[in-house]
Amino acid sequence: MNFETTIGLEVHVELKTNSKIYSPSPVAYGSDPNANTNVIDWGYPGVLPSLNKGVVRDGIMAGLALHAQITKHMHFDRKNYFYPDNPKAYQITQSETPIAHDGWVEIEVNGKKKKIGIAEMHIEEDAGKNTHTGQYSYVDLNRQGTPLIEIVSKPDIASPEEAVAYLEALRQRIQFTGISDVKMEEGSMRVDTNISVRPFGSDKFGTKTEMKNINSFNYVRNALEFEEKRHQAVILSGGQIVQETRRYDEATKGTVSMRTKEGSDDYRYFPEPDLPPLDVSDDWINEIKEAMPQMPGERREHYVEDLGLTDYDAMVLTQTKEMADFFEAAVADGADAKRVANYLMNDVNSYLNDEHIDLQDTKLTPAHLAGMVKLIDDGTISSKMAKKVFAGIIDGEEPAEFAKAHGLVQISDPAELKPIIDGVLDNNEQSIIDFKNGKDRAVGFLVGQIMKQTRGKANPKIVNQILMKALNER
Amino acid sequence: MAEKLGREAAKHVAELAKLSFTDEELDQFVPQLEDTMHLFDDLQKMDTTGVEPMYSPTQEANVMREDVAVPSGQRDALLANAPETDKGLIKVPAIIDESED
Amino acid sequence: MAFYNTDVAQLHDDLVNKRVSATELTKAAFKQIKATDDDVKAFLALNEEAALDQAAKLDQAGIDPDQPLAGIPLAVKDNIVTKGLTTTAASKILANFKPVYDATVVEKLLAAGAINVGKTNLDEFAMGSSTENSAFQTTRNPWDLTRVPGGSSGGSAAAVAAGDVLGALGTDTGGSIRQPASFNGVVGMKPTYGRVSRWGVIAFASSFDQVGWLSQSVKDNAYLMEAIAGADKRDMTSANREVPNYVANLAKADVKGLRIAVPKEYFGDGIDADVQEVVEAALAYYESLGAIVDEVSLPHTKYGIPAYYILASSEASSNLQRYDGIRYGFRANDVKNLEDVYVRTRTEGFGPEVKRRIMLGTFSLSAGSYDAYFAKAAKVRRLITDDFNKILKDHDVIMGPTAVSTAFKIGAEVTDPTKMYMNDLLTVTTNMAGLPGMSVPAGFSKENGMPVGLQIIGKAFDEQTVYDAGYVFEQTTDFHKQTPRLGGQN
Repeated sequence: MNFETTIGLEVHVELKTNSKIYSPSPVAYGSDPNANTNVIDWGYPGVLPSLNKGVVRDGIMAGLALHAQITKHMHFDRKNYFYPDNPKAYQITQSETPIAHDGWVEIEVNGKKKKIGIAEMHIEEDAGKNTHTGQYSYVDLNRQGTPLIEIVSKPDIASPEEAVAYLEALRQRIQFTGISDVKMEEGSMRVDTNISVRPFGSDKFGTKTEMKNINSFNYVRNALEFEEKRHQAVILSGGQIVQETRRYDEATKGTVSMRTKEGSDDYRYFPEPDLPPLDVSDDWINEIKEAMPQMPGERREHYVEDLGLTDYDAMVLTQTKEMADFFEAAVADGADAKRVANYLMNDVNSYLNDEHIDLQDTKLTPAHLAGMVKLIDDGTISSKMAKKVFAGIIDGEEPAEFAKAHGLVQISDPAELKPIIDGVLDNNEQSIIDFKNGKDRAVGFLVGQIMKQTRGKANPKIVNQILMKALNER
Repeated sequence: MAEKLGREAAKHVAELAKLSFTDEELDQFVPQLEDTMHLFDDLQKMDTTGVEPMYSPTQEANVMREDVAVPSGQRDALLANAPETDKGLIKVPAIIDESED
Repeated sequence: MAFYNTDVAQLHDDLVNKRVSATELTKAAFKQIKATDDDVKAFLALNEEAALDQAAKLDQAGIDPDQPLAGIPLAVKDNIVTKGLTTTAASKILANFKPVYDATVVEKLLAAGAINVGKTNLDEFAMGSSTENSAFQTTRNPWDLTRVPGGSSGGSAAAVAAGDVLGALGTDTGGSIRQPASFNGVVGMKPTYGRVSRWGVIAFASSFDQVGWLSQSVKDNAYLMEAIAGADKRDMTSANREVPNYVANLAKADVKGLRIAVPKEYFGDGIDADVQEVVEAALAYYESLGAIVDEVSLPHTKYGIPAYYILASSEASSNLQRYDGIRYGFRANDVKNLEDVYVRTRTEGFGPEVKRRIMLGTFSLSAGSYDAYFAKAAKVRRLITDDFNKILKDHDVIMGPTAVSTAFKIGAEVTDPTKMYMNDLLTVTTNMAGLPGMSVPAGFSKENGMPVGLQIIGKAFDEQTVYDAGYVFEQTTDFHKQTPRLGGQN
């Protein structure tokens, strides 16, 4: 039997606003428990939500970045449920009127391009954090009210690979808007999935199973692959898939059923009476469109068409907005695009990987990288010296000053080199004879001697020119 | 549509609302609620085709605040109201009673 | 000294000219409260120390002639949050709650120099029409201590009627300012939805709740309203509109040519004859003053009660979920797990009427009921609002009785919730439409001598016309000057 798989993804993205969505408390991480909370975050008697304009703006921008339609007239809704990290016992979200709907992103799997539809996007509040130890739970409300965008896919995703490609595309586009860090490992991007499998050609979807809060792309892939096979096996053996929520187990790379109370989730949605409706004007949408940073696709096109990079290079450089911005700034500073690209993709990336940090966490600036590349191009330093200069600029040093201070400057002045070269020739008569007899190896030997004399600082290009001329003259 | 609420439905609603009633209380409550719901019967008979629901009389729209963070400085006062706390966290008996497992 | 036969303007003049001090007034208020409150039971908490402290400071600094409320003792309904002073909403679930901020209305009052003498009793979470649903005490009507003061702002109305204060803050979700005003022979104004900030007002039904005043006269009410009205950044539903100078404008008040609509649905079956009689006399009086009285129809009036109880209870069921025993307030003893914390705290913490409303609301919003109940009621709300707007297009105000009866006996209706709900018949529709409504004393029942209120409903944000109409009536009648005979007075 052949099978068709249908996957749905609900992605929650945390926004990097200054304040929370419905309260002016700061959005910040790593603070003392409950430090970033106020009476609104605690759901005190008599408090009211006050909507953060920055969140609406970011929501519209996310909608535009995902090619979605922006809802012109919207309101908020309450989703009611009791939980210790949900202080009002309702979440203010959007149910009837999502901020954006009917968007898409393009993915590429095995060389095939495909558009994955986005059904709708909501702006809403995050809950606090609940930790359990023994007989007690402990609640920290710092995260309560942190703005979220929920992005719900259409049932267009047909395989675990496509699911991961969709998440990559989503992450990348949102990252480029600058509204979120979209880091799964830090929880600023969270993924809920559902999957169903049906015999090929069947006109009815199979029974869904859900998995919530999977925290890496790999786990998403593993979990979905496991579920896909499990569903197929159950159907083949004549069994029935149970609609349920399952948990991904990292150790076994499998999924296990979670105990859930049936029929306990009746969220009793209704329109939020404490917030007036919003009418989004075309002017505001256009303003946000203008302010939106270029998306990775447009940037890749520019790198390939105008700057002569390969598709692969362009792809690597547009993995994050920070990398792309950095690259563009260095090129704008007058450095050679290809060479800047190579440094970013090799030296810089391996440094970041070794140190487990992000580009923006280093002291490297586009001006310094551009400066170093220019020093290479004008012969001031050699590629070999550049390795040492790189170690300086990654720590925030200015490249020319660093090179000078550490004696990393090539001797390029012919007037300085000529006597040294003449001296080497005078002491190596046999090599001159070898050269005249067509033994090219002799040149290498002579260059080596010159380098030895200059402690490796001679500019090889200039040395070659002078040496060849001198040899031919002898 | 003189629908009766009934004891079972009342119990389900109570569960959603995190309330509990003894059998004696239900004997009193359910008829009271059903009596009130009789008032609702008139509504059910009304033709409201094409009527836009009205959720609020507010005439305001597009009210938003600028994205400026204001620390509250209320942490200690807030924690002081909590029935139980531990190291700045709100302490609550766990989700599941271990003794029942 | 009881606060009778005087008003804000008079006391202000006395204070500015040092004929009396803020301390003397504040002491007088507490003296009157102590003389009457054993019988009336209007107050849940007194703010004596802080109030006298504030009065002393005012006296030392001198009364600002531009602050008409400076040094005037007033009271606050106990569902309005007051920093450092208990705020319980008359519920066991908030008995030990320590407020950490002031409601906007309280902030404004204190900034205006007014003195808060204490917190007044109410039906738990403002759910009720008799103040019998308070978890702590039943307030009694100063005109007849065997009768209820109405509700839910029964404590505020009774405190004003007992001469404890000239004015007290109330809240009105379905009639909770106007009905007790009618029962106690005082003035009660519920302003337009959005006119007054709800920040710090413990929510019952968010799209209905409004704060307003109970006072001894219309003019005082206008003074008090000026101090609390206006937009508030912390309440996004508060209206971004200028607040008129209500008091100054009263000088021009005239009812000649005033177009008064009188809905036929506000008379007849379900409304006591003694009430109708007083209100009809009042309307005839307006006519004699040159007003034009038209009979009109508000055909959806009878759907007001069911639609209101569905919508308000639905919102309440959600608003009251935060009382869960986790972050503040009451938590049941010996709870073993989270479900226990929730269920036992709420079951032990809420009184029966609150539970009934939570049940009604939860049911109305639950899967399978939403369309037939919540959505249906929201559509009826639109029809009711359209009715009003149609009539108010060519009328200035709507008038009729405030309540279906005069104050009833304590215990008479509390066992029959559905009958109790019918008390709100003539007031809930105003809240559904968000319109301003005021009850003014219009006379006394021939049956039992209890006060009867005339309700004046205006256009959205046109409190001025409502005040004007009430003011003219009050200037030429003396119903509002009559006071109950309480022990220790006169």
